[in-house]
Amino acid sequence: MKVNWSFFLALPFYSIFVFFFFLPLVLTFVVSFWDYTDYSIIPDFILSNYHYIFEGCLSFADEPCLTFRTYASTLFFCLFTWFFTLILGFTVSFFLAFHVRSTPLQIGLFLLCTIPFWTSNVIRMVSWIPLLGRNGMFNDFLLNFNIIETPVDWFLFSPFSVLVAFVHLYTLFMIVPIFNSMMRIDRSLIEAAFDAGASQYQILIGVIIPLCKPGILIGSIFVITVVMGDFLTIGIMGGQQIASIGKIIQVEMAYLQLPAAAANAVILLVVTLLMIFLMTRIIDIRREL
Amino acid sequence: MQKSSSKKITRRKMLQNSAAVGAVAGASIITGFPAVHAQDAPTIRYLGTAVNMGSEPEKRLFEDTGIKVKYISKTTDEVVKTILTQPNSFDIVDSEYFSMPKLVPSGSLLGMDTKRIKEWSNVVTAFTEGKVGGKTIGDQGTAPKKVLYLKGSSSKEFSSEATQYVTLIPTVYNADTLGIRPDLIKRPISTWAELLNPEFKGKACILNIPSIGIMDAAMVVEAMGEYKYPDKGNMTKAEIDLTMKIFTEAKKSGQFRAFWSDFNESVNLMASGEVVIQSMWAPAITAVRSQGIPCVYQPLKEGYRAWAAGFALPSTAKGRQADICYEYINWFLSGWMGAYLNRQGYYSAVLSTAEANMESYEWDYWMKGKAATKDILSPTGQKLASIGEVRDGGSYEDRMGGVACWNATMDENKYMVRKWNEMIAS
Repeated sequence: MKVNWSFFLALPFYSIFVFFFFLPLVLTFVVSFWDYTDYSIIPDFILSNYHYIFEGCLSFADEPCLTFRTYASTLFFCLFTWFFTLILGFTVSFFLAFHVRSTPLQIGLFLLCTIPFWTSNVIRMVSWIPLLGRNGMFNDFLLNFNIIETPVDWFLFSPFSVLVAFVHLYTLFMIVPIFNSMMRIDRSLIEAAFDAGASQYQILIGVIIPLCKPGILIGSIFVITVVMGDFLTIGIMGGQQIASIGKIIQVEMAYLQLPAAAANAVILLVVTLLMIFLMTRIIDIRREL
Repeated sequence: MQKSSSKKITRRKMLQNSAAVGAVAGASIITGFPAVHAQDAPTIRYLGTAVNMGSEPEKRLFEDTGIKVKYISKTTDEVVKTILTQPNSFDIVDSEYFSMPKLVPSGSLLGMDTKRIKEWSNVVTAFTEGKVGGKTIGDQGTAPKKVLYLKGSSSKEFSSEATQYVTLIPTVYNADTLGIRPDLIKRPISTWAELLNPEFKGKACILNIPSIGIMDAAMVVEAMGEYKYPDKGNMTKAEIDLTMKIFTEAKKSGQFRAFWSDFNESVNLMASGEVVIQSMWAPAITAVRSQGIPCVYQPLKEGYRAWAAGFALPSTAKGRQADICYEYINWFLSGWMGAYLNRQGYYSAVLSTAEANMESYEWDYWMKGKAATKDILSPTGQKLASIGEVRDGGSYEDRMGGVACWNATMDENKYMVRKWNEMIAS
């Protein structure tokens, strides 16, 4: 039999994949069927961890169950964060790729976008609190100019402040892949479209956006997966008053209810993978790349 | 793992007989811990919340005993998790009594030998008998006296009788209540029910640590006259439902500005004026005040929610390393540290030695509830109170005597955590 040497070349990659990705996932899946007490987890095969997640979810008489409500709230943040980061990310990339002519300036401006990332995630979101608070800068400003009469409460610890933080934190995840896609567009295609009489708008819709699809998809996957699993931003900016799947998992981990947390993680993974699958059905990333 | 006492004696004898043998034994027993090699450089790895982990005590400890301490600082929940999952990662742990119903059955902690504690007979009766000043105090929840004694050194069962072995050697405790901003509320507050008073709509806050938050919630529900719990610290499912229903309704109507889960969050919420009334811990009040913002740890007529912490060793602790830990505990209770804790507004488990290490004007302010005759300074030298000011809640007897319940682990813990999550999601 002929030895397939290329397998050995791929071995380092496979082993990393198996040890740091596949095995932990399998373990999480296995543990999600275990039983637990306050201080130990017991190997078993029970479905109660899953049963518990979906308890009451099939009766539509009352309000939706905890799991559905939490996913609805998380999906809400996903959708809006995705929408705003896409619009902002696309616009910024478009400006960088097509309006800035000199390469040094292009690189300089691109690096400028990454400067906020030199500080920690948490600091970047916490820095919004003094601006948005009841006695914060925005309220002071609006009060001083008599635009409002009493301080606005919903600036902070509300879905609004969570969205502001998400968009601030994750727009770069959109900018990078979209900018990359745009830089790879052959400029002669745009010239050809222009020569054929296409307007700026037609060029954007008919040429640039279709060619940016892979970038848009990669950016979207980044943003959606990060928002789906987030508990820190929703926790801090939502004043711990807004539910997220990540928070539920974190609380369960803190109370050593590891099998329950594992079951929630499995469900979250399935939902997130499903979303990514649907997105890749719309845009075939392998073909586009 | 069971350890026979005969084995222990042999090892101790061996240590006494030959220091050299002892050093070898120590080094081989405690794996992954290089500092044991030399007899003259004792170091202990101290796992706990940051409460007792100052650099001042660390320095003082080294001067007094030559012991070096390496702090491993984690949150309350993480401490429990570390004890259960990595019992070899520390030499001594500072844990809370309410975690004992979880930890003792797991067998991961060693029963602490009270005969090796010099000041044991002076430990305050709040721990040993549940009494303050001869008066029985509230014992709802996981009161220390319920989970203090063990049936034996490696027993997994609590003893209702006093025995030689205890779960934790008591160190520090306090009575918690609501913190308020008197300058923004502008009227007296006297009951827990005020937390849900619509007057403070959008300006109230409760902590998002389910096991402690539920106790504050229960104090509020009882104060509102909605329900009288047979035991707030061990609710039935129906009682949990009722408590959470009242809080869910309040949350939906916009009563809460936020929930906090980190000490610093509570400080920021209060200092910025986002919140005017909330569950709070004593050092958080101090932190707000040190910014020059008025903040009161308001005594309430229904009483306080108390907590207590102490030291334990992992069940694998042996030989010289265990001896060093006992020496450390003895130093902790010998007075300097007690005074350090008292000056932060906590209470030391051995008050007699703490008193000897405090100035009488300090003792009068912190313990007797008398007006300050000099400026009251924190252990790090910040001014906490001026001449003439009185401690919130008054004397030790008034504060600890007014304890209504203790932080608790309930039988229905799983259910409670889930219901709490539902409230957060509502």
